[in-house]
Formats: sequence, structure tokens, C-alpha cells
Amino acid sequence: MSTFKFQSSKQPPKLQMGVIDWTMKNLFSSKLNIALSFGAFYLLYLIIPPLLDWLIFSADFTQKSNAECTKEAACWSFIRAKIDFFMYGLYPSEYYWRVNLLLLITLIFMLIAIVLKNHIYKNRGILLMLSIYPFIAFLLLYGSETFAIKIIQTHQWGGLMLTLVVASVGIVASFPIGVFLALGRQSKMKIIKVLSISYIEFIRGIPLITILFMASVMLPLFFTEGVNLDKLIRALIGITLFQSAYIAEIIRGGLQAIPKGQYEAADALGLSFTQKMALIILPQAIKASIPNLVGASIALFKDTTLVLIIGIFDMLAIAELATSDPQWLGRKTEGLVFVAIVTWIILYSMSRYSKKLELRFKR
Amino acid sequence: MKNIIKINNLNKWYGEFHALKNINLEVGEGEIIVICGPSGSGKSTLIRCINFLEKFQQGSITIDNTVLEDDVKKIRQIRSEVAMVFQHFNLFPHLSIIDNLILAPIWVHHKSKQNAQEKALKILDRVGIKDQAMKYPNQLSGGQQQRVAIARSLCTSPKIMLFDEPTSALDPEMISEVLDVMVELAKEGITMICVTHEMGFAKKVAQRIIFMDEGQIIEQNSPDKFFNNPKSERLKLFLNQILG
Repeated sequence: MSTFKFQSSKQPPKLQMGVIDWTMKNLFSSKLNIALSFGAFYLLYLIIPPLLDWLIFSADFTQKSNAECTKEAACWSFIRAKIDFFMYGLYPSEYYWRVNLLLLITLIFMLIAIVLKNHIYKNRGILLMLSIYPFIAFLLLYGSETFAIKIIQTHQWGGLMLTLVVASVGIVASFPIGVFLALGRQSKMKIIKVLSISYIEFIRGIPLITILFMASVMLPLFFTEGVNLDKLIRALIGITLFQSAYIAEIIRGGLQAIPKGQYEAADALGLSFTQKMALIILPQAIKASIPNLVGASIALFKDTTLVLIIGIFDMLAIAELATSDPQWLGRKTEGLVFVAIVTWIILYSMSRYSKKLELRFKR
Repeated sequence: MKNIIKINNLNKWYGEFHALKNINLEVGEGEIIVICGPSGSGKSTLIRCINFLEKFQQGSITIDNTVLEDDVKKIRQIRSEVAMVFQHFNLFPHLSIIDNLILAPIWVHHKSKQNAQEKALKILDRVGIKDQAMKYPNQLSGGQQQRVAIARSLCTSPKIMLFDEPTSALDPEMISEVLDVMVELAKEGITMICVTHEMGFAKKVAQRIIFMDEGQIIEQNSPDKFFNNPKSERLKLFLNQILG
């Protein structure tokens, strides 16, 4: 009898590859597919060339006024002329530098966070930046009499800057509230549990518009005479309350994905409830929730356009306003297309970033 | 020998189901005990009561002169002295091996990070996986993960170690590497209570073997008498089935 020999590994059989093969397989594999493919090509032929023509080839980029622009294609000179308005709204132009400086600081902080990756001071550094950032942002955007920084009232804020403020405050502030609500919903203490559930279910049952209306119209009725909370603050509170209910449900989903053994192991080691939650359970639950958290943030970013109904001018509202300028009548499409492109760039980067985070945490 | 665990008339119910019936057990300091029995006999429930992962309704458990009661501080104090190794390892997947090990020393026993790390590396060396310290649990084999879990519970210098079927979730090829670590531990004078089906291990290291069925202790004896001279019919049947 011969001794057993392991077989050596061989290459798999060559797969059929290449452009022609791919097209044959995916576009022309059957009569129906051939028909569908040619139908799709025809539709693309109908749409793409005129679109490119309007957007780029026949469009005007350098004309000074509406009258010099062609009527048949896009007049990007309109965006050129109004770009400050789109970005800053009615913010006084001599203080644009304050907004730009804040943007610069934001980018620098992000860069520091990236550089600190894997460094022992990473957590402390990020915590420090997160805690001073709101004050810097407030001082630069709003101002302060004590520091002799001129106050710019919030009704002058607008455009992309306002959209970013509303969205980021809503996303960041709702996160801790959402975590506490999610924990509250799982609590063994009946009252906390009932309160959390009723809050979450109540908020999720009403649309954001209703909450914004209540914040802007009804809330002041509860204040005593003379107390007047800023309109933007009221909107921010409304958005934060709204978003925190959704964050709570997402985190709850993440919590449910944690096996019971993780709780038991943490208990068996003698960790306290707070340590168990902060060190073992929540980090895993939040990591598991990242795709949904980013999804909810993207949805909120788009929902922020609703603030225009209570008289706050985000970028979309600015697009409407800009076209009502008699000098630039009839250029609404350009405004909306511009807003769409800017929004898409921001949201697409967010979603790409979340993909990266997901990959990094996949262990 | 001084008794480190005293269990007195312990009764536990899951709803209507009477899971533990009048358990009386004393464990001496440094004693190695193996608990065996058919599944559902209450072996795991019993050792999970000892570190209060399960609540019990009647009776008392005294550990190192501390009576176990439903009080957060006391439970934490007991748990910091009683370590547990689980069937499914229950390592923390978001932390590296070394971070798994130093978690409790730092947060529960208030050791310095450097101190905890030095000790953790020594213990990892003892269980033979020092070179994996920076990896994450999912990058290790089941046998390695269970050895990390044993190392993690050793890092807090516990007086008592509880093993809840530590080899049942392992591939057959990996069982011995975990048992070898446990045999080494048994030589060091730490009190061990192991729920296991590994009769070879029981014969080799146990000082006393306990046989449980239907929530009761049916028989307990030294390994020699346990295997060669079982008294009850139930144990004879059980031994016949598992030893073939």
C-alpha cells in the first residue's frame, strides 16, 4: 500500500473576462436584454446631450448681468454674482472672515484628530477639542460683548453656513440625548422606562414640521412676558429633540445586537454598571450602529431645509430669495441646481466616510 | 483546611421551575472540585449563583466570610475575588488581547496601567500566547481565545476560579491546550470549581467530584471512589453512558 500524499493546490480554471465578454453577458445575453439595452441607450441619448449642453457647453460663465446671458442655457454668472449670499446669507460682509476662520479651525481640528490616530493622547485630545469647539463657534459666529466681538443677530445668518450650523448642532447634540434615551428604554426602573418609551414614540409619531411650528409659535406662549428665546435657538432645540428620538432607536438596535455574554463577562469581572456600559456595551453598540447613525444624519441634513417655513433662511431658502432679485429674474433653476450639487457633495462625503469607518471597525 | 465557600440550603427557581433543590456544599481553600452531570441538571446554575450572575430565592452563600446578598457593593466585592471562565469565552471583541486583560485591574482594582500591563504580559506568557497580545480576539483560534479568557480572569488575582464548561465550545483538537493550562493552574493552590464533561481532566486533577441531577447533588467523592465505586444507580448509569 502506498503512503498518503497531499495533493498540491492548483490554479482555478481561467474565467472568461474582458470588455466584450462583459457586455455580451450583461447587456446582450437574450432578445429581451438586447431590446432593453437599446431602449436604455436611446433614453440616455435623449437626456445626456441636452443636459450637458445646458449645464456646460452653451452655458455662460463670465457675463456680468442677466441680460447678457443666453436664455437657452444655464447662466452661472448668477451663482458667481450671488455666491456670498448663498454661503453667508445676510451675514454682514465685513465679518465674513469670522465664518471663514471657524471653517479653518474646524478643518485644523479634523486634521489634528487624524494625526492623533493611534496616539496615546488621542482620546484626551479629541475630548478637549470637542469641549472647546462650541465656545469658539459661538464666539466667532454670534459674538460676545464681554470679549468685544461684535454680535451678529441670528436673523442675519443664512445660506450654507446656517444649514451647516443647524445640521451639525442637531446631529451632535441629539447624540448624547439619544444614548440616554436608549439606555432609559432598557432600564429596569419602570418610571424611567415608561418616560423614555413615551418620549420616543411621541416624537417619532409627529413630523418635523409640526415640531418646528410648535417650537416657533407655541413655545413663546409658555414663556413669561419679556423672555424671548432666539428663533434659531428654538429651532435648534426642536430639531435636537426630534433627532434624539431617532438616534435612541438606532442605538437600541445596536444594544440588542450585543450578546448576553458580554454583559455577564463585564459583571463577572466586577465592573460597575456605568463602567460596563461605558467601556464594554456602548462602544460595541455604537460601532454596530454607525451605518444607521450616518443614514439618520444625512436624513436630518436634508430635513433642515424645513426651517425655512419658520423664517430661517438656509441655503435652499436663499436660492429662492436670490432669484427674486429683479436683476436676476428667471434664474431659479441655476440656483436649485447649485444647491443640489453642494448638498450632494457634502452628503456623499459623509456617506463615504461612514463606509470607511465601517471597514475600520470590521473586526 | 479552612472553608472558603459555604453554601447552605440553596434553592433557586426559574419562574415555576425548581432549578436548584436544597444544595449544601462546602469548599475548602485551594480545593479543586469538578461538577458533572447531565445537561439541565443545574451545574452551571449552581456556579453562576456563586458570583451572583443568577439570583437565588432561598438559602445562603458565604464566600470568604462574606455573606452574599443582593447589595451592589457586596456583589462587586465578591466578584472582584471570584473569577469566571465561560463556555463561549466572552472576550471583548472591540479591545485588543492586552486591553481585555488590563480592563478589570485598572477599573476595578485601581492598578496603574503600566503595572497592569506588566502583570498581564507575564500571565499571557504563562498561558503561552504572549506574542498575540496586540491582536484582537477574532484573530485568534477558539483554544487561544479561551486561554486569553483564563488569563483575563487571572489578572485580578482571584481567590476562586469558576469554570463553566470551558472546553464545550472548542474543536476537539484545541481542548487539550486549554486543559493543560487548567492543570497547571490546579497545581498553584487556587480554589477551582469546574463544570466539565472532561472526565480525564477530572481524574487527573480533581480532589472531589460532584455529580448533580435534577437540581440536586446526588453523590460526591474522591475521583478514585467516584469512578471505581459509584454508589447510586443514577451515577452508575451516567458513568456507563459517558465512559462507554
